[in-house]
Amino acid sequence: MNDPVWLMLIKGVLVFVVLVLLVLFTIWYERRVVAIMQVRPGPNRNGPFGLLQSLADGLKLAFKEDTMPRTADKLVFLAAPVIAVACAFTAFSVVPFGPVVNVFGIETELQLTDFEVSVLVILACSALGVYGIVLAGWASGSAYSLLGALRAAAQVISYEIALGLAVLAVFFQSKLMSTGAIVEAQAEGLPLSIGGAEITLPGWYFIVLAPSFVIFVIAMVGETNRAPFDLPEAESELVAGFATEYSSLKYASFFLAEYVNMVTMSALAVTLFLGGWAAPFPDSWWPGANEGFMPLVWFFGKVLAFLFFYVWLRGTLPRLRYDQFMNLGWKVLVPVSLVWLMVLAAMNIGLDTGNELPTRIAFAGGAAIVVMALIFFWPSRKPYEDPAEPDTGLGGFPVPPLDLAVPPNPRSLKQLEPASTSSAPINGSQKEEE
Amino acid sequence: MIDLAQAAGLAQSASAGEAVFFWILAPIALGGAIGLVLSRQAIHAALSLAVTMMCLAVFYIMQSAPFLGFVQIMVYTGAIMMLFLFVLMLFGRDSKDSMFETLRGQRLLAVLLGVGLAALLSSGLARAVSGLVIAEPTAPAGQGNVEGIAEALFSTYLFPFEIVSGVLTVAAVGALMFAHVAKKGGHRGQKEHSRERFAPGNYPGPRPGPGVFANSDSTATPALRPDGSIEPASLSEYVPPRQLTPAEAAPKHTEGRES
Repeated sequence: MNDPVWLMLIKGVLVFVVLVLLVLFTIWYERRVVAIMQVRPGPNRNGPFGLLQSLADGLKLAFKEDTMPRTADKLVFLAAPVIAVACAFTAFSVVPFGPVVNVFGIETELQLTDFEVSVLVILACSALGVYGIVLAGWASGSAYSLLGALRAAAQVISYEIALGLAVLAVFFQSKLMSTGAIVEAQAEGLPLSIGGAEITLPGWYFIVLAPSFVIFVIAMVGETNRAPFDLPEAESELVAGFATEYSSLKYASFFLAEYVNMVTMSALAVTLFLGGWAAPFPDSWWPGANEGFMPLVWFFGKVLAFLFFYVWLRGTLPRLRYDQFMNLGWKVLVPVSLVWLMVLAAMNIGLDTGNELPTRIAFAGGAAIVVMALIFFWPSRKPYEDPAEPDTGLGGFPVPPLDLAVPPNPRSLKQLEPASTSSAPINGSQKEEE
Repeated sequence: MIDLAQAAGLAQSASAGEAVFFWILAPIALGGAIGLVLSRQAIHAALSLAVTMMCLAVFYIMQSAPFLGFVQIMVYTGAIMMLFLFVLMLFGRDSKDSMFETLRGQRLLAVLLGVGLAALLSSGLARAVSGLVIAEPTAPAGQGNVEGIAEALFSTYLFPFEIVSGVLTVAAVGALMFAHVAKKGGHRGQKEHSRERFAPGNYPGPRPGPGVFANSDSTATPALRPDGSIEPASLSEYVPPRQLTPAEAAPKHTEGRES
C-alpha cells in the first residue's frame, strides 16, 4: 500500500460516498422489501420506484427542531452521536472491494488501506461504536434511555465474544489477519477425493467453516442491534431506547450509524466467509470475471444479498425476550464456538500430512469422538410429563364440568315482536329483530 | 515530568510523522489522565481513562506493534471500560464524589505524598532507561508481529500464561459464586401462579382503581361501592385517602369554556 496522497484522498472520499449512498439505498430497500413481504406497496412516491424517499426523509430530519433535555449531560450528549458515526465509517476503511486495478496509470488495490491485522480494525471499531449508544443513553437523563443503554452494553459485550470466536476460526484456517490476504486465500479451491473422483470445492470459508459462519451471522445481527435482537431500542418496551431524547440531525446520525454498521458487518461477512470480491463461479467459466473493475459487481451483489437477509429477518422474526437472548448468546453460541475451535485445531493437525500417522489419527479421531459425545449427551430440556391428576376445579382452575351441556342460544328462543304502535317504524328496532 | 522529557528524546530519534503524532497525542493522553483524577462525575472519569487508553493504543501502533494496539482498543477500551461504564450506570446517574473531607488535612497530605511518589517513580525510571540504546524491533526472519507474539506467548512464556489464565478464571468463577443467589422455592410456573390467584379468599380480578363511583378520580380518592361504602382494596398504602370537597371536585374550566 504505497499510494500517492491524492489517490488516498480520492479513495477515502469514495468510501464515504459509497457508504452514504448505500445507506440511502438500504433504507429504501428495507422499506420496500418489508412492504412486499407484507403485501403492500411501500414508499413509491418520491422519484422512480420511491428511490428518493430516504433522501426526503433525511432532509426532513435535518430541518426538525433540535431539542436537548434539561437533565442532559451536555458534552456527552453531543459527543455520543459523533462517536457512533465516526466508528461506523472508520470500520469500512479496511474492506477490500476488488483486486489490483490501474487508476490513472497507477497500480493500486480497490481498498482504502490494508495491513497485517486489518480485521482487528473492524472489531475494534464495532467495540468503540457501542460507546456512542451507551453514552447517548446515559447522557439523556431519562429512564428509558438509560435502560436502552444498559441493554446495549450487555448485549454488545456478550455477542462480541461469539463474533470474535467465529472470526478466530477464520484466522485459524487461513493463518492470516489481513482482509485482502484472507480474500486471496479463499480463491484456492479445496481439492477433495470422494471414492476416487477428484472434486474441487470452492475454497470459500462458509463451506469449510460452516459452524463459524452460522455463529458469525447470528452474532452479527446481535452486534448491530437489528431485529430480532433490537432490544436496546425496543419500541414496544422502551419508546426508542437510547435514542428517545434525540431529535433532528443527532437522531439522524444514530440512524446513519446503524445502517453503516449493517453494511460494514455484511461486507465483513462477505470478506471473511463468502470469498470477498471473487466471482461466485469457477474462473474457467468466464476468465475475465475476477479482473479489473468487474469484481465490484460481485462484491456489492453479495453485500446486497446480506442486507436482504437482514431485512428478511426483520420481516419474519419477533423480538426475543431479554433472558432468551442472553441464554442464546452465553449458553449456545459461546460454548459451541469454543468446542468448534478445538475440533478445528485437532482436525487441522489430523489432516496435516507432515505429522506421523498415529498422531494424525489420534487428533482427527479424538475430534470426531468429542463431537459425537456432545451431540449425544447435550443437556437438553426435561421431557414433558403428563400431570398426575386432572384438574377438577376445586381449589384449582375454574374449569367447566366435563359433561357440560351447551345451553340453547337465547336468540333462537326470541319471538318476533309485533311492530310498535307508532306510525313510522324505527330502523334500529327492525335491525334487532333481524 | 522526567518521563515526558525521556519520551521526547525517544520521539526525536523517530521519524518526523511519528514525532508529530506523538506531540499531538501525548498531551491528549496526559489530559485524559488528569481528567480521570479531577472529574467529579464517575462517568466523566471513566471516559477520560478511555481516552488515555486509546492514545496508548495509537502509540503502540506507531511503535510497529499493530496487533498489541488493536487488542488494547478491543480489550481495554471496548470490554473492560465498557464493564466499568455498565457498573457506574447501574449505580445511577447522580453518583458524584463526596466533597466532604472526613480526615483533617487529608487533601494536603495526599498531594504531598502523590508528588513524592511521582518523583520517586520517575527518577527511578529515568535512571533505568537513560542508558538504553533504542533499537529497531527485531523479529526473526519470516515472522510478523502476530507470529512473534504467538511464539513468545505459547512457547517461551507458556507456563506463566497458563497460570495467569487460571487465576483469571478462578477470579471470575469466584465473583459468580459471590453474586449467585439461589432462588427460594424453585421456579413457579403458570399453573402455580394461577392456583394462587384463584385460591379461596383471593379476588382474581384486578384491584378497583381509585375513584370508582366517587366524585373524583384523584389517587387519594378511594373507590366507592354501589352502596356508598369505601372499597378497602382501592386504598393505597402510601397516599392518605380523603374525599375531595365539592369545590375541589368541580370542573376547573381549564379548557377556556364557560359551562
